[in-house]
Amino acid sequence: MAKNLNIEVSPLSRVEGHGDLVIDVKNKKVEKLMLRIPESPRFFEAMLVGRNWTEPSHITSRICGICSVAHTYASIKATEAALGIKVNEQILKLRKLIFHHECVQSNTLHVYFLAAPDFFGAGSVVSLIETHPEVVNIALRLKKMANDMVRIIGGRAIHPISTVVGGFTKLPTEEEMYQMKDMLKAAYADLETSLKVLKTLKLPQFERETEYLSITDKKDYALYDGDIKSSDGWIIDGKDYLSKIKEKVVEHSTGKHCWASRDAFMVGALSRFNNNFDKLSDNAKTYAEELGLKAPCYNTFMINIAQFVEIIHCIDDSIKLIDELMVSGLDENKAIVSVKPKAGRGVGVVEAPRGLLIHDYTYDADGKIEKANLIIPTNMNYINVEKDMAAYLPLIIDKSEDEIRLAMEMLIRAYDPCISCSTHFLNVKLVNN
Amino acid sequence: MSKPKVGIFGLTGCGGCQLEILNLEDQLLDLIHAIDIVHFTEAITEHSDNYDIALIEGSVATRHDAERLEHIGKIAKIMIAVGACACTGGINCLKNLYGVEKAKELVYGDKKGWIDAIETKPIEAYVKVDYYARGCPPTRTEIVDIIKSLIVGKVPEIPNYPVCIECKRLGNTCVYDLGKTCMGLISRAGCGARCPSAGVGCEACRGTIDDPNVNAQKDILVKYNLTVEDIMEGFNLYNGCKKIEQKIK
Repeated sequence: MAKNLNIEVSPLSRVEGHGDLVIDVKNKKVEKLMLRIPESPRFFEAMLVGRNWTEPSHITSRICGICSVAHTYASIKATEAALGIKVNEQILKLRKLIFHHECVQSNTLHVYFLAAPDFFGAGSVVSLIETHPEVVNIALRLKKMANDMVRIIGGRAIHPISTVVGGFTKLPTEEEMYQMKDMLKAAYADLETSLKVLKTLKLPQFERETEYLSITDKKDYALYDGDIKSSDGWIIDGKDYLSKIKEKVVEHSTGKHCWASRDAFMVGALSRFNNNFDKLSDNAKTYAEELGLKAPCYNTFMINIAQFVEIIHCIDDSIKLIDELMVSGLDENKAIVSVKPKAGRGVGVVEAPRGLLIHDYTYDADGKIEKANLIIPTNMNYINVEKDMAAYLPLIIDKSEDEIRLAMEMLIRAYDPCISCSTHFLNVKLVNN
Repeated sequence: MSKPKVGIFGLTGCGGCQLEILNLEDQLLDLIHAIDIVHFTEAITEHSDNYDIALIEGSVATRHDAERLEHIGKIAKIMIAVGACACTGGINCLKNLYGVEKAKELVYGDKKGWIDAIETKPIEAYVKVDYYARGCPPTRTEIVDIIKSLIVGKVPEIPNYPVCIECKRLGNTCVYDLGKTCMGLISRAGCGARCPSAGVGCEACRGTIDDPNVNAQKDILVKYNLTVEDIMEGFNLYNGCKKIEQKIK
């Protein structure tokens, strides 16, 4: 193996935001191995102080363009819990429907645009256009379908508009509901083709068991709502998250580090799959089986496959939701429930595409925020990413420096980190003594 | 300009504007053929320091942002600010209103010394900006229109009339009549009045037009028994870095 190795990838590309990979090996001893996050701090917890209950969902959606629907709903649910608001079944179903399509959009972007180039030996999706045009076209069609779904229901594909505390300011028309169903049905052919392509990929074999955290529900494959579940055997109400999840500030990262039962845990598609696979649609289960994804799965690289399986599930479940909603049609009178401000604390927990997302607000009697705490999935994964890197490096240490660098980048990229969002110039320094 | 070299960069922001470029779906492949994207960290690994046009997303909120932006400004011949954060400072300006030092203390506590954060500013505070694709997020059409105009050598046309005009054209019910406030009277159109069309008041994410009809805005506030303060909170969401309240008052 290389006696000395000094790899610094700054920034990591094809991730949302800015992270650097730092590896330093001296005399065959790992001196330093970390995912450095110099991403600009945003201070949303400060920005929210004093804002009226109508605003936090529009403000926090701007934490991340890629998971703006997840932030919108973590925020709305926190506010509704604090103000004691219960929404009706129609609102709930429409919320699940729009929520599914951020998952489809984001998972598609990651699997096809950000991760796939590595597996096809390409530098980016731009190179893939030449070598695998069919893959790029499928990705564009799936993304468009999902973005159009979010736009039809929420008024805009990024930072939705009509999704507010209490319900919706505008409902899709009957025509749009059937249009969405047609769009969903049309996606299956592309999923079939994708399955064939994915079956040909050789994902690295790397297993490291860890604690898997996600939300869970008795009926649904939980994305929009549920209790927090750990693979270490506990389930808690979302509002009690502080009793299990701890966070701290570390010097090399503007994103805080988190841990729960052990020294690290994983959130995201693989955690959801491991914790809730039995709630997936039958079709999604079949796809998982075809692709060799079985719960519990400890291979970090299989996150990519779990994300693809979730696309299938979301499309299946969306058709079911539209059918249920259209039995009696959408009722304008049930679009929104009335809201009155009051003092209180509320916690909103959802599954963002990248994993567990928690908003925790305390309101004063006028309905203005006194205190806000936000826990972001990528932060929750940081310690686990570093532990994966430490476990994976010895397995690949005999490879060339270029291969090591690429393998480590792929490992980090598998987590689909959303470091939203800054960029640098690539700086790779190799030391050979 | 024949096939221009384009760099797409993100400073402090949500990445949503870069995502809107990836979301071009129907036009993405055409765009990739018409321009040479040499830098786009969110999407591609290849990168270069040789570009004619720079698209900048995000505001300047750290010393590091400022250094990078000045570096890019020295290379690019044309600078395009993309999105509210780059154009007006956007939502990041709420940090200024809270107080930068106070914000560091609140979020990072006694570790605040590790954090690089300065007062948020739009990119025009540091470099000369040639074109603005405004909004949070900007519309995909506007981003493409600006690039297309540059390729064929004409000046991109950006509306300088208020959102109200687009909204009226669509036949929407005025959101003031729905009991909500709206900034559409003085905000720059070009978004297709997306928010009022979805039943939500305009939040002025595209900033104001060059010469806003402040009196008309005041008249509306009087008509609906509202005060400037009632709309100022909302106005600060994307315009907190500009002292626009002075204009209205």
